[in-house]
Amino acid sequence: MTATPTARRATDTETVRSLNGSETIMSVEDLKVYYGNFLAVTDTSMNVPEKRITSLIGPSGCGKSTVLKTFNRMNDLVAVARVEGRVNYYDKNIYDPDVDPVAVRARIGMVFQRPNPFPKSIYDNVAWGAKINGYKGNMDELVERSLIQAALWDEVKDKLKESGLSLSGGQQQRLCIARTIATQPDVILMDEPCSALDPISTLRIEDLMRELVEDYPIIIVTHNMQQAARVSDITAFMTLTEGRSGTLAEMGPTDEIFTSPRDPRTEDYITGKVG
Amino acid sequence: MAVQASPLKGSGNLQRRKAVGTIARGAFFLATMFGLVILAILLIDIISDGYTWVDRDFFTALPSRFPERAGIKVALMGTLWVMGLTALITFPVGVGASIYLQEFAPRNRITAIIETNIANLAGVPSIVYGLLGLGVFVEIMRMGRSVIAGSLTLSLLVLPIVIIASQEALKAVPDSIRQGGLALGATRLQVVRSHVLPSAMPGILTGTILALSRAIGETAPLIVVGAVAFLTFTPEGLDSQFSVMPIMIYNWTARPQEDFHSLAAGGIIVLLAVLLAMNMTAILLRNHFQNKQIQ
Repeated sequence: MTATPTARRATDTETVRSLNGSETIMSVEDLKVYYGNFLAVTDTSMNVPEKRITSLIGPSGCGKSTVLKTFNRMNDLVAVARVEGRVNYYDKNIYDPDVDPVAVRARIGMVFQRPNPFPKSIYDNVAWGAKINGYKGNMDELVERSLIQAALWDEVKDKLKESGLSLSGGQQQRLCIARTIATQPDVILMDEPCSALDPISTLRIEDLMRELVEDYPIIIVTHNMQQAARVSDITAFMTLTEGRSGTLAEMGPTDEIFTSPRDPRTEDYITGKVG
Repeated sequence: MAVQASPLKGSGNLQRRKAVGTIARGAFFLATMFGLVILAILLIDIISDGYTWVDRDFFTALPSRFPERAGIKVALMGTLWVMGLTALITFPVGVGASIYLQEFAPRNRITAIIETNIANLAGVPSIVYGLLGLGVFVEIMRMGRSVIAGSLTLSLLVLPIVIIASQEALKAVPDSIRQGGLALGATRLQVVRSHVLPSAMPGILTGTILALSRAIGETAPLIVVGAVAFLTFTPEGLDSQFSVMPIMIYNWTARPQEDFHSLAAGGIIVLLAVLLAMNMTAILLRNHFQNKQIQ
């Protein structure tokens, strides 16, 4: 493992910290992810701050989703995936042998690219995650609170017993956000949460993210640069190395990344010359 | 301002393409009818032959040398016993194995080899299972010519089918459901029990019932294991001797008297009725699970 924290990256990290006055909740150090023999992500380090929306952008195949999936060890489900380096939750490396990935996922929730509600009632969709994690409080209240937070309550309060699959795509995605909130995670990961949605639903989810970030740090992968510009506080731009591996090019406050990127590759991508 | 409309004529060989379509449609219809018509003829033949024999006495009488005194009772009870036990053994074992293979087993060569071999086992002739049952259950495990030995043998016979069908049903459950569950901090077992299995249950039940439908008509392996045609008592426990309907029917058809042949037709009617009842149960169960899911 070659540790190559460049001067530029260190500066980035400091900039992020000073400009946002926010503590780091998760960080990645010298991350390498292999799929079999293929090095999918290399040489990537980043700090994710509390109470901010951090977006990961970059061209297709640059490893955005792969990095995101290391934050809650969903990569473990891919048999050939192998992770090197550290992924820290506060100070704890979640890839340490004494860490149970199931426990990690209970603390670090995830919303997927396509809405994937369970084939169960709306109520059960929200309640299930909390129940299996041993929630002992009033379940009706939790379901209501989570659905309110996910801006879905008004639309479903009269049909909580109906199937989650009976909802529209945008509603389903908010249902998935509600079930994630219901487990009271410390971080929410979103993997292109709007890519299967229409523009109106997309805007609703974006508004929702701005509300949620009051309580939860959010890390979002998006293909949509405008979306990153609209919702995120911090933007990480990932790109491809010569060997077709994904790597972090630059990370900083979103307005800086979009107005005055320091890395020429970022500029090329943002101005539409590549990607 | 009117745009010149191009004449609405089919391009090139439209007439020919349509003709081919019509012919193909007819051929597919004939293919559908082929089985149905033959089945209908068979049913009509059997029912007209046997229906006069299916009366109350037929269900209460024991086997006899005289057709007018012979009944299906012993064989019917034997079939119900054997099939009931086979279902009880096959369902948990088969579904358990398919859950292991599909949801828990590592995706490696060993798993692949196991899966291939299960598929191969589904094609092994039933007589081979009969010999296996004779060797293992009847002889080595000293179960004798008993209901339980017969049931275990039939279970071995249908398990591969149940496992394959269940695994297909589990495969059909989208992975996104599993990921959604796991991402909430659930264990694999919790995801399987709460989401995957309920979604797969209709398919699993269909597969199981098809497998049992095959078992109910099996004769050869049970003859090998020691089921007999001529018994004067119904099974009273797992270690009872037993007969089953296909063996009874076979025995009747093998007799010279014409009346026994009609009696056999009567037996077939009862066998088909039991089969239909089983399939009905499966369909009802399947609908129950489907409704529960869609809500």
